[in-house]
Amino acid sequence: MADQKKQGTAKLIEVELPQSSIEQDRKQLEKTWAHAHGVLGWLMEVDHKVIGLRYIKTAFAFFLFGGIEAALMRIQLARPENHFLSPDTYNQLFTTHGTTMMFLFAVPIMTGMGIYLVPIMVGTREVAFPRLNAYGYFVYLIGGLLLYTAFILNTGPDAGWFAYVPLSGPAYSAGKRVDIWAQMITFTEISGLVGAIVIIATTFKMRAPGMTLSRMPLFVWAQLITSFMIIFAMPAVMLASGFLASDRLIDTHIFNPAEGGDAILYQHLFWFFGHPEVYIIFIPALGFISPIIITFSRRAIFGYTAMVLSLVATGFIGFGLWVHHMFATPLPQLSQSFFTAASMMIAIPSGVQIFCWIATLWGSKVHLRMPLMFVLGFFAIFILGGLTGVMLASVPLDLQIHDTFFVVAHLHYVLIGGSVFPLFGALYYWFPKWSGRMLSERLGQLNFWLMFIGFNVVFFPMHQLGLQGMPRRVYTYLPQTGWGSLNLLASIGAFILAAGVLVFLINVFWARSAGAIAGNNPWGADTLEWSTSSPPPVYVWEYLPTVEGRYALWMQNEKTPLVVGLSTTKREILSTSVVDAFPELRFEVPGASIWPAAVALATAVAFIIGIFTPWAFAVAAVLAFAALAGWFWSNPDYENVNAQNPTEAFMKPTEQPKELQPKEA
Amino acid sequence: MFYVSTAVFVVVLAALVVAIVKGYQQESSDDLPQLELTEANKKRRTNVVLASVVATVVILFIFLLYSFLIGKGLTSELAQKNGVVIEITGHQWWWEARYDNVDASSIFTTANEIHIPVGVPVTLSLKGGDVIHSFWVPNLHGKKDLIPGKISTIWLQADQPGVFRGQCAEYCGLQHAHMALWVIAEPREQFNNWIQSQIQEAVVPATDSAKHGQRIFLSSACVMCHTISGTPAGSNIGPNLTHVASRQTIAAGTLENTREHLASWVNNSQRVKPGNRMPTMSFSDNDLQPLLDYLQSLK
Repeated sequence: MADQKKQGTAKLIEVELPQSSIEQDRKQLEKTWAHAHGVLGWLMEVDHKVIGLRYIKTAFAFFLFGGIEAALMRIQLARPENHFLSPDTYNQLFTTHGTTMMFLFAVPIMTGMGIYLVPIMVGTREVAFPRLNAYGYFVYLIGGLLLYTAFILNTGPDAGWFAYVPLSGPAYSAGKRVDIWAQMITFTEISGLVGAIVIIATTFKMRAPGMTLSRMPLFVWAQLITSFMIIFAMPAVMLASGFLASDRLIDTHIFNPAEGGDAILYQHLFWFFGHPEVYIIFIPALGFISPIIITFSRRAIFGYTAMVLSLVATGFIGFGLWVHHMFATPLPQLSQSFFTAASMMIAIPSGVQIFCWIATLWGSKVHLRMPLMFVLGFFAIFILGGLTGVMLASVPLDLQIHDTFFVVAHLHYVLIGGSVFPLFGALYYWFPKWSGRMLSERLGQLNFWLMFIGFNVVFFPMHQLGLQGMPRRVYTYLPQTGWGSLNLLASIGAFILAAGVLVFLINVFWARSAGAIAGNNPWGADTLEWSTSSPPPVYVWEYLPTVEGRYALWMQNEKTPLVVGLSTTKREILSTSVVDAFPELRFEVPGASIWPAAVALATAVAFIIGIFTPWAFAVAAVLAFAALAGWFWSNPDYENVNAQNPTEAFMKPTEQPKELQPKEA
Repeated sequence: MFYVSTAVFVVVLAALVVAIVKGYQQESSDDLPQLELTEANKKRRTNVVLASVVATVVILFIFLLYSFLIGKGLTSELAQKNGVVIEITGHQWWWEARYDNVDASSIFTTANEIHIPVGVPVTLSLKGGDVIHSFWVPNLHGKKDLIPGKISTIWLQADQPGVFRGQCAEYCGLQHAHMALWVIAEPREQFNNWIQSQIQEAVVPATDSAKHGQRIFLSSACVMCHTISGTPAGSNIGPNLTHVASRQTIAAGTLENTREHLASWVNNSQRVKPGNRMPTMSFSDNDLQPLLDYLQSLK
């Protein structure tokens, strides 16, 4: 079988393509890849660019909601014994804030960036499983709407974003609040897993010919490693939230100590997911930083291999730290020590990357544009957060500052500094690609400085508050504690930070109609997405590109071949080998379909009505069966997969570039 | 740790700033990308990066050893300590403290206020009553969780007399914010006196008003939850009130223990600490004043 495949290898042929046939191909492609229209079309669309942007916009909306919740909490804490919010409202707010930022903003927006950019960056036209991808988005949207519907109806979860048992168990959280939290987790899990599978398959099997693993952009590496982490981390929290839901719905007592259950087990399951989650948010951000530094220093990255290995190491070590969230539980000292060591060890790969970035910037010609500004903000904030992280890894120190505002400060330095600042940099960087227009640099400067100063004014004093003994998750504090003035300062900072985000929104709305026209490659960047127009056409490429080096656009020349011979009347995709990206076969990906939305609906029936009665699962099973039957029935006919002659021809070159030759040759 | 971390922060950021300032360029997007560095340049960079990584590893390793040694100090002496033993149970949202003793008649229970002798190790045995709480008196010891179904043990020692505030550090529901306690460290003699007074049964009301107050206490919903030893009131749902007047605060460190606060707590606890487990009582002033007289007599 393998031999057969090898025989059908691509030959490099020079073909003459008359202008008229290029025109014809373009017209045909436009028809084949056209978007679906109307309300039904909205539900049916599978284009990864559309789905990716939907993820990004939805997640950003949740980011704004989460920010409003944070602002309300800061008003409440601005002075001691404040009565602005009731304790119940405050507890719902901090729970919803944490849940929103972690599950509905940070992970999905990274997924969205990947879904939009990965296929273009690896030089293909669609993700590997477009319908699955659309399904993932609907499930995520439903999960988010569920949480906010509940919140508006005053049944928002109030047991913390971690929902520790027994507080979240049936005995101490009556009503449906915690069930809504648990099922919302399930929704976002499903969508996270779906997104991860889609990205892994796309990066492994659909890269442009010539883009070997060692030439893959660091952005794509980061997305790939994150996706693997999602696949290993998410099942743990699925168990945690699933067992919690079953304890509450069908009295399983898995976490009930009175019936032989175990309350600590929940914490292990939750943090076995919860800590990798931090890196699931952080690694894609590292993936934003590398291309931005490469582009604005106009230089190859220093230590590509070390960078990739650091990402991989972070992915592995990230699974060995979870107990540092549990140092105050009765676990033996010796076993805690292992986790101290692992928690400190993870600083090493982060350090390697920071050193390599500085080595790249050192002595280069720096173009200080907005994306790079945000990356510099990342350095300042994240390094501080990383250092307080090393402090928290030490058991004796952690026992004092655990669950205080010191941790609140630390986690925001790491997550906002490590993730949100690079994300804003990435939004400035790729916005021209999505919209065809540039964001304003002047508003950008205002945006950056308001956010940077506001951020530090909010969160820096919290270190001190934590050291003074202010615990987390308190809705108020007594005046005698003396925590009032620093809290007031932090609350003022919150509004500066919020003003920064507002300026960003203004910038986006202004640029959509009045921003400068971007052109294909406004930054002079090196990755493939900058060679197609901004915004890219529905079919992305008239002819798929090939790649001759690690910095695709910087290394290409007029002899770089293009792929011709893919069908223009079907949505045909080129599949290549995992390591060498050598063409293997062509296959058709499915187009617009209503079935993903239908399956998402069946999923919603299962988990939303399942909050009230286990019968929902029986009903949903029937619905899902019907919807899945429709889905598979309408898939393209895989018997027509063309494995014999994957690429009929390459265009243009007269000499055959080395990496396109089959290995035997 | 703090100084080393600060130094690392400053050095790394300084390197970054220098790199940016040195290389800062005005608009000139036409300069060609640089794909290869010269051999010498590359080697120098590799050496600097490697040296930084080695420095990181060394610093982390020193932190690690330091952390182990202190951690060892916190736990290893546990077995040898056998002074005072106090069993602490966390409840939504107050602390129960039971002073253990080989002599069963000397065991007593109090709430939200712990007295300890100065200069003597005190062993705390921590139990979760309902949900998870975390015992934390910042000036005496780090946190330890109180987890239902598990017992954790810590020891602490006050070297100086003093009054130390503690607060629950694990989110435990609606009134997590108002779950404080006080630790009073006092010389051995004073401590022994306190113990002796706490072992006693509650004082018998002396005045008519206090006697009336006791009758009101025993005939109202109070007895459903509270204990006053020496009286028929013997329920363990709420804090033990045998010596409530000897405590400095009420409602788990929320209010100073004054007559006025006591009155607002008894009749209106849901306003003071919304959601707490004490039902709203509605004593008329005729009943409330004697009741307060009685409670305030319980030294």
